Amino acid sequence: MKIIVCIKQVPDTAEIKINPQTNTLMREGVQSIINPFDLHALEAGLQIKDKLGAKVTVLTMGPPQAETALREAVSMGADEAVLLTDRAFAGADTWATSYTLAKAIKKLSADIVFCGKQAIDGDTAQVGPETAEFLNIPHIAYVRKIEEVKDNYIRVQRLMDEGYDVVESSIPVLLTVVKELNQPRMSSLKGKMTAKKAEIKKMSAAEIEAEEDCVGLKGSPTQVKNIFAPEKKTGRKMLEGTAEEQVNALIQELSMTRREEN
Amino acid sequence: MPIAVNKDKCTACETCLISCPFEAIVMREDKAFINEYCNQCKVCLSVCPEGAIVEVEEISQFTVHSSQFTDYKDVLVFAEQRNGKVASVSYELLGIGRKLSNELGTKLLAILLGSDESEARELIKWGADKVYLYNDPIFSQFNDDTYTEAVSKFIKENKPAIVLAGATSVGRSFIPRVAARLRTGLTADCTSLEIDNETKNILQIRPAFGGNIMATIFCPDHRPQMATVRPRVIKRAEYNAARTGEIINCKIDNLISRTKVIDSVKEISEISVNLHEAEVIVAGGRGLGDAKGFKLLEELAEVMGGAVGASRAAVDKGWISYSHQVGQTGKTVSPKIYIACGISGAVQHLVGMQSSDIIIAINKNPEAPIFNVATYGIVGDLYEIIPLLIKKIKEIKGILG
Repeated sequence: MKIIVCIKQVPDTAEIKINPQTNTLMREGVQSIINPFDLHALEAGLQIKDKLGAKVTVLTMGPPQAETALREAVSMGADEAVLLTDRAFAGADTWATSYTLAKAIKKLSADIVFCGKQAIDGDTAQVGPETAEFLNIPHIAYVRKIEEVKDNYIRVQRLMDEGYDVVESSIPVLLTVVKELNQPRMSSLKGKMTAKKAEIKKMSAAEIEAEEDCVGLKGSPTQVKNIFAPEKKTGRKMLEGTAEEQVNALIQELSMTRREEN
Repeated sequence: MPIAVNKDKCTACETCLISCPFEAIVMREDKAFINEYCNQCKVCLSVCPEGAIVEVEEISQFTVHSSQFTDYKDVLVFAEQRNGKVASVSYELLGIGRKLSNELGTKLLAILLGSDESEARELIKWGADKVYLYNDPIFSQFNDDTYTEAVSKFIKENKPAIVLAGATSVGRSFIPRVAARLRTGLTADCTSLEIDNETKNILQIRPAFGGNIMATIFCPDHRPQMATVRPRVIKRAEYNAARTGEIINCKIDNLISRTKVIDSVKEISEISVNLHEAEVIVAGGRGLGDAKGFKLLEELAEVMGGAVGASRAAVDKGWISYSHQVGQTGKTVSPKIYIACGISGAVQHLVGMQSSDIIIAINKNPEAPIFNVATYGIVGDLYEIIPLLIKKIKEIKGILG
């Protein structure tokens, strides 16, 4: 069985702050990490490998620095790492990114493709389903449990707004996963050694035979017009007094905002 | 338009490097260089003291002249149903859809899969002009293949200019496939939509980086313009029981689904986990001390008509299931009222809830970072405060009847 796990290197969003003077992002000292959901996607692939035997390939699109993320994935147990890197890929939105990933996945071939449910920087959750469409394979989003895997059949639980569904699919299939699915393993010392020496396979737009006007900025239907800082919340109010006084004050405040709304 | 560095002007001051949210600017041969990570967010443009970073004109081969867009007219809402009943997010979409179609002078259409005429009539009363109803049991369960095929086919035939769907589990799963198939842009999780008066494009506003920044996205050269909209952030249109419109019964043959739903399970817990649509969320963290604490939160959520959320710490301790988790690795929510009980306020939690309208923090520790984002802060023992709060709300409810 061949498994491809799509990963993304992202800035740790929890550490990003806005400079109140200039209204710009301050990312000084903000670390780059593997998108947390993608670690669960990788773990899912590795667990299938442990159980049934499989070759696990990690795939990412990004600049040369993204190699770090791929090496980390290899240290956890991935067998092969592929970096899609080309100036032509710059400025890709979800459509162009998915197109590019799908082109590469077709070249590499896969039975199961795993993605995290979304990346924590963009939060779109679109690249997984769009990639499946370009590959013309089914997908199941928000997978929280894998119940059964066979050569050409998989049964999973997917998280829904009010509970979960049990869904089965033929293989090949693309799954996007949530954190609940598993606990990602730590890299072993041996894994780290392997990762250091591992060859990172690089693929360009030409190598995946991508249409020039479907990748990068040119291939992206959406454009960013501008970005801005979210409206600041009006000043906070610490309530004072005994527990009862605080609760009364809170009820008072809430009923006032209610009245303003009406 | 791509962003580039004018090498003659660049003084290698590196100011732009730290401003870039995507780490897309690196130093190469002593000059700033913009690499593949660039998302065209344009932050660096205003940051460069030398004005060395500029947008470069590039004519996209895909540019379609807007005259070709005249075929694309109406606004289409994907009306989601659950067990045949229209989900509340659909009424909100009709609210914003009505506003956009009025501004554009076009019709508001709704597509409803797997429901019936009485539900279709409701959509008209909430603002739709025409409802395309596919009353076929194949749509009663959600499968991406069947939904994608039906909606894509409808769009190809009816050419709406704008397509809106809820940013729900269903919408966020299959709408991307539709956009991929139609070779058009899709903006996820919008919190507001406006018409650009000059171009008539819609400007799609959405949070990114866990709500740390807002971005305005548009789709100039492709149609339709598609967006998923967060539940609960947009007001419904007025309900008008006398409103009339057209219901068109539609059929689609030869649908094939490669996935099959064999069971649909509502979460056993009695408390709602539908955090995306809840107006009030009562969330608990490590400060609860044990799983029993959530019983108290459930009670408060119940009297306030809300749902129960949790911090990662509480979920990791096994006090409550993952579907309740709010934050970077859980759900991103923006209810009217968010009550954080015994949650210290790690940034990973804050990014998941900081866009809530009103945040009430209850915590023993006056230094807890949760108070920095709180609208109202209460320093005290939640086991003392919450029962009082429940009692007071019940009293008020009693008076109001």
